[in-house]
Amino acid sequence: MTSRLAAALGAFAILSCTAPPPAPPGPTAPANFDAATVAKGARLAATGNCVSCHTAQGGKPFAGGYALKTQFGTVHGSNITPDPETGIGGWTLENFTRALREGLSPEGHHYYPAFPYDYFTRLSDEDVAALYAFLMTREPVHAETPANHMLVPRVAVGIWKSKYFEPGRFQPDSSHDARWNRGAYLAQSLAHCSACHTPRTALGGEKREQYMAGGEADGWHAPALNRETPSPRAWNERSLTIYLSTGLTEGHAITAGPMAGVVQNLAHASHDDVGALAYYVVSLMRGATGSAASSVANAAREHPRGAAIYAGACGDCHDRGRAAEGGALELPEAIALSLPTPANLIHIVRDGIVPREHEAQPWMPAFSGALTAEQTTELVQYLRSVSGKPPWPDVAAEVRRIEGDSR
Amino acid sequence: MIELDVNGTRHRLDVPGDTPLLYVLRNDLQLNGAKFGCGLGQCGACTVIVDGRAVFSCITPVSALEGRRIRTVEGLGTVEKPGPMQRAFMEEQAAQCGYCIPGMMMRAQALLESQPGADEAQIRKALTPNLCRCGTHMRILRAVGRAAKLMGSKG
Repeated sequence: MTSRLAAALGAFAILSCTAPPPAPPGPTAPANFDAATVAKGARLAATGNCVSCHTAQGGKPFAGGYALKTQFGTVHGSNITPDPETGIGGWTLENFTRALREGLSPEGHHYYPAFPYDYFTRLSDEDVAALYAFLMTREPVHAETPANHMLVPRVAVGIWKSKYFEPGRFQPDSSHDARWNRGAYLAQSLAHCSACHTPRTALGGEKREQYMAGGEADGWHAPALNRETPSPRAWNERSLTIYLSTGLTEGHAITAGPMAGVVQNLAHASHDDVGALAYYVVSLMRGATGSAASSVANAAREHPRGAAIYAGACGDCHDRGRAAEGGALELPEAIALSLPTPANLIHIVRDGIVPREHEAQPWMPAFSGALTAEQTTELVQYLRSVSGKPPWPDVAAEVRRIEGDSR
Repeated sequence: MIELDVNGTRHRLDVPGDTPLLYVLRNDLQLNGAKFGCGLGQCGACTVIVDGRAVFSCITPVSALEGRRIRTVEGLGTVEKPGPMQRAFMEEQAAQCGYCIPGMMMRAQALLESQPGADEAQIRKALTPNLCRCGTHMRILRAVGRAAKLMGSKG
């Protein structure tokens, strides 16, 4: 063995004297990835929900162009298919690793942190390699990523990074078991749960001391996943695993808003990984204080007009409960009523819950045509009162804002 | 008493506020174009137009409709003088059993009034909430496309 290696090295030495210097390492050819690694990468990419931001509406998967609106302007998900000109076809594993872990392009410029490298930095070598194998074996799509419209120049991202970006791998917590650590690893790296579920500073940095205390995504509230969970019913590992992989579980509202895309992806993730995520998240929620006592009678007294709209527009389905045919969740159990802001409830009332094209999912009709802004406000105020929680401060303004956004 | 404006005519009605508009149209006003399909806003057979937007009349309580403009398929034309949407559906023979058609026409009408040059992708997207169990979707799409042209040529 040793002699063979020496012979090979000797042959290399001879060759390198006569041949031109070796070209810089290029990307690995698709044929050189083994199927198991690619399949693992596919499950990981689903866990990371990569496709949501790296696919334009109606566009080819991973070919980029999705416009992500942030408070700092609009940034477009890039083309991460292996097209050599417009995608990552020319990237080596080192280029890819540096992008994920340091937020730097092969040319060395900073990526906007809308690309969640502040989470991906914790990924293991093995998982980075599997993601690379998966992406490099996709169909190359020639698609130029549209220009970003950001108020902040790229160089300023360097300053942001120095304040908020902590590069480094995931450190397991030995006081917890392996499954918990697997869930924590995924939640804090690839799945980047806290990117939406943790509140942010005015500069867009995570408030780390409020980890998973509830944040914002695309105009929707992302509920707290720690002890402050506003969920009217406690989550357990089983219910959360089912929710994360199907969007629908007993006693909880169906998924809606940006989370719907996450769930659609998690359906293709490793089942063990989704279970570990649920196991970890449920541990964060342990010790939650529980919800306020709901009172339909009180709510109807306080908001008779909203109650009348509920009776005519919502009650036919929601009073029956899910067990009955055509029935829907009884609303005191719906988390949207118990959140710190009315945004999600307003979105759901106005736009319904509509599955993505070709997806078979429960369907809630939209009421934006049927109800005026004033009526929507009255209904939302009534439903808040049903939850037993204190009223939201300015529902009417929030309805106007959401109506303006969707126009 | 509730006052409703349906196809430009005012009606004073003595019905509970949570009564679905569909029941009032069919039972009190004898406007039987809108159909009862599922009663849950899942099929679209009951679709009418309120203030220019397509709505499911089976889940819209009349208490929400005072002072608003309601239009039903009867408002699009008559047997003698069908409107462009109705003519297009007849010319394309887009109905089989016909149960879904008034709802289809009203949703398509609302679309073409707000987006007169809607293309097929937009028409397909807009009609998503309306189901047809016979399977005349392709004819319905052609009919709406034809209606777009008829309505466009009228100015």
